[in-house]
Amino acid sequence: MKTVQQQYEVGRHPDLPPPLVERGVVKWVRDNFFSDATSIVLTAVALYFLYKVVPPFVEWAFVDAVWNADHRNECRARGEGACWAVLRARIAQFTYGYYPAHLYWRVNTAFVLLFVALAPLLFEHVPGRRYLLWFSLAYPVLAFFLLWGGLGLEPVESAKFGGFLLTIVIGVTGIVGSLPLGILLALGRRSRLLIVHTISMVFIEFVRGVPLITLLFIASTLLNYFLPPGTYFDLLLRVLIMVTLFASAYLAEVIRGGLAGIPKGQFEAADSLGLGYWKSMRLIILPQALHISIPNIVNTFISLYKDTTLVVIVGLADPLGISRATLADSKWQGLSTEIYIAIAVFFFVSCFAMSRYSLYLEKKLHTGH
Amino acid sequence: MTTATAIFPNPLRWALGLWRDQKHRGTIIQIMALVALLLFIGIIIRNTAINLQALGLEIGYDFLTEPANYDINQHLIDYNSLSSHLRATAVGVINTALVSVCGIILATVIGLFAGILRLSKNWLVNRIMYAYVEFGRNVPVLLQILLFHALIIHTLPHPRASLSPMDGVFLSNRGFYVPQPVLEPAAWAILAALVIAAALAWWFAGHAKRVQENTGRHYPVFTINAALIIGLPLLAFFLAGRPIGLDFPQLKGFNYQGGMVLRPEFTALWFALSFYAGAYIAELVRAGILAINRGQTEAAYSLGLKPNWTMRLVILPQAMRVMVPPLISQYLGLIKDSSLAIVIGYMDIVATIGGISLNQTGRALECMSITLFIYLSISLGVSTVMNWYNRRVSLVER
Repeated sequence: MKTVQQQYEVGRHPDLPPPLVERGVVKWVRDNFFSDATSIVLTAVALYFLYKVVPPFVEWAFVDAVWNADHRNECRARGEGACWAVLRARIAQFTYGYYPAHLYWRVNTAFVLLFVALAPLLFEHVPGRRYLLWFSLAYPVLAFFLLWGGLGLEPVESAKFGGFLLTIVIGVTGIVGSLPLGILLALGRRSRLLIVHTISMVFIEFVRGVPLITLLFIASTLLNYFLPPGTYFDLLLRVLIMVTLFASAYLAEVIRGGLAGIPKGQFEAADSLGLGYWKSMRLIILPQALHISIPNIVNTFISLYKDTTLVVIVGLADPLGISRATLADSKWQGLSTEIYIAIAVFFFVSCFAMSRYSLYLEKKLHTGH
Repeated sequence: MTTATAIFPNPLRWALGLWRDQKHRGTIIQIMALVALLLFIGIIIRNTAINLQALGLEIGYDFLTEPANYDINQHLIDYNSLSSHLRATAVGVINTALVSVCGIILATVIGLFAGILRLSKNWLVNRIMYAYVEFGRNVPVLLQILLFHALIIHTLPHPRASLSPMDGVFLSNRGFYVPQPVLEPAAWAILAALVIAAALAWWFAGHAKRVQENTGRHYPVFTINAALIIGLPLLAFFLAGRPIGLDFPQLKGFNYQGGMVLRPEFTALWFALSFYAGAYIAELVRAGILAINRGQTEAAYSLGLKPNWTMRLVILPQAMRVMVPPLISQYLGLIKDSSLAIVIGYMDIVATIGGISLNQTGRALECMSITLFIYLSISLGVSTVMNWYNRRVSLVER
């Protein structure tokens, strides 16, 4: 037997650790920042951009910022930075609007219960999911009485609703109300019955064809013409109706997409079991269609939630409405940048969390292939 | 006795039989839906008629020819407060069109850049673009409009101390002033040259395709056509004695005279809409590029196609099929979002006919119907084009 003596150059033996530039942080930096000429240029441009943007912003928003002051001039006297004191002063309004302060606990309870009601819908492995689902079903009624009063609770008018409370009320009502309507519209649009199909299609295309703001204007200026004389709805209710109709058209298209994703065999299997239309929809088709469209339903909810900011245009006191009122106050004039950034952060955090959730669902639903 | 029992259950059974028969049930449901719809419409019309009568109003569009009595700060066609409501509407439509077209162009550019950079291997660039996309998509567009407006109004200096990054360009909180191109009569020669160049390019593209199909010979169509379309008008520009001049803005008193002004409202709306839609388009571009199977590239290479041919003939057509429909709905969304202009006082359709005209005349029904009609025509027009495109490029299998 002959043993072959393999010769290696110095430092090339396979048992040696890789050279310093080919491992660890150095390699990562080289691969990610300086892999070729384009990358080097991009890194330089990006660094310059960050240098130009980040330090001044940090200085403005944190280093020079004033957190505690009674009015704008006091802020300006203390530093050139952001005047976050305005948020401290108005935090209650931004959260609850003009809701009576001694009843805040009702809003807080409704908010906490919202998550209890949502948990079994959003996650499959929640202890006691079966019973919690009944609670989810009852939640809208419960929340209504908690927020508006009645049943022995002190009543609160809609006009007092505002801030993020209003954002969440409109968003949640819109999506909850639009779900049944959206399912009906989606089924209607796929229906073979000509008249039902046409009505659904015209409604969906009309609502999707016009901006939400025009629908809100209809709610604020026109709806009273359409109602029998003498009936009066308060503005919030009118806006809620319009937002629900608006969301239902978008949801209908999402659910229609889900229905289109159900293989034909499922419909045929339901038929061959002798199930009628509604039974086959309820037991076979819709559970599957809704399940695969949940990520898109969440996305629709996110855009609806963002669109709730539009209600400021018809005069409701959502966070932007509150910011208008705040900016009109001579104590806090001219601090629009601070206020808008704070509201933007709020929306960013909540929408980002929701979009992460929808991404997680998409990954979970993406089984194989 | 017998007749009563024989007749009585029959109609019921007959009706039940109809209801249990799938065909007839469909018809019954349809008739019921139609009756419900007509009833609903009837009630609304009746209520409206009663309500209008109580207010002493009549539906009519005559008010459109009456003077509008309000000013619009940005009008591309002649307009003053004595012009009619109809003209105010036209100004609104043009303003919406202007900001939409500018927004669509800028959003596409931003989206394309961000989408491609988002796929970059450079970690830093990748992260910055990720931050941009997430910020753009998760903050309401209305808030972005207000933020951009606040930034322009509060951070830019007064006209007297305005920033001037280039000769003749002034940035201030009253607006962005830029030189305005002034067309002299001879400028038509350039336009004519452009038309001729476009016609020639179109003919040449067809010709090159025929030649290639018949003989296999290939012309560099893109290079030649680009040279034609840029070169010919440029030639005409110099031959006609440079008929386009520039009118520079100049500071007079408290503000600038001459030149062209981009008002803060327009700029804020334009940037915000582009910034918002750009984030969505970036994701579309990324998804479109990622959606194309790597096998497609390899197959094209194995056929002997060069890389740029592979891109043009194999990858792009497929990526476009994935990207174009959602891209167009983004554009449509941008047009609809431009209606938020009203919060910062940019005079678009909703602010003119749906806003001030409505408030001044009190004719809510008429004004809203016009506004809705305009938006619906835009949406239906765009979706018709989109359906046509989808049919043209859709995969025909089996």
